[in-house]
Amino acid sequence: MNGQRRFSREQRLRILAAIISIVILIVVLQLWLLTATMNAYLGGDRGVALPAAAASLVCFLLNLGLLRYVYRIER
Amino acid sequence: MSARDPDELTIPPDGRPTAQQPRWRRDFPIDVPQDQYVARREFSKFLVLTSFAFVVGQIWILAKSLLGRRPAFTGTPVARIDELAVGSFRQFEYPGPGEPKLLVRLSEHEVVAFDQRCTHLSCPVHPQVERGLFHCPCHKGSFDLATGRPLSGPPRRPLPRVDLELRDGVVWAVGVTERTS
Repeated sequence: MNGQRRFSREQRLRILAAIISIVILIVVLQLWLLTATMNAYLGGDRGVALPAAAASLVCFLLNLGLLRYVYRIER
Repeated sequence: MSARDPDELTIPPDGRPTAQQPRWRRDFPIDVPQDQYVARREFSKFLVLTSFAFVVGQIWILAKSLLGRRPAFTGTPVARIDELAVGSFRQFEYPGPGEPKLLVRLSEHEVVAFDQRCTHLSCPVHPQVERGLFHCPCHKGSFDLATGRPLSGPPRRPLPRVDLELRDGVVWAVGVTERTS
């Protein structure tokens, strides 16, 4: 096996910082979505639960993809 | 002989490159820069786990929305209108025991009723008719007496409104409307 990686550690640290920033943004969006959905649910509005759950799932899949990319650049 | 990664500052005891080391050695590196990198990677993993927890929360709300049953309301007599003076109030339980509501006579022709539980943390609210509001003593929240809408403090949702009907001088509770604004 060749010990050389595609990116140096310095480069990977920068990529990781960018990814963490994006993931934090998405997680904050999910938090807002959860509080808004809970507020709507407690207020008797049950119609938003399905689209909100779908949007949150998409956010999670996006985060999962970014995490996979972090592991991929380590190879 | 493979070329060694220039980022690897220390050589493991067996001399093999980091990629061929056991998992525990890769997750707990000796080199400070690599340790910083691993810490950030683990932090991103924790964030993704938090993201998953939010999805679980959303699915829980969705399941409650789909499977939860709405109560079937039946009409219940609450009070005779002539027994309730203008500016006075009466507590009653509707649609069942343990669900306190407040009936308030605002004027000669206006009677309103709301859930007595604060929409913040379910503390009982108290009507202050002279100030035109319901007051929650737990966190100093207040709601408008006529509409049940939040005026101050932590509550953000209005008090659920009890639907009323006047039949032969008797006020009947016929339903409860939950609201978001």
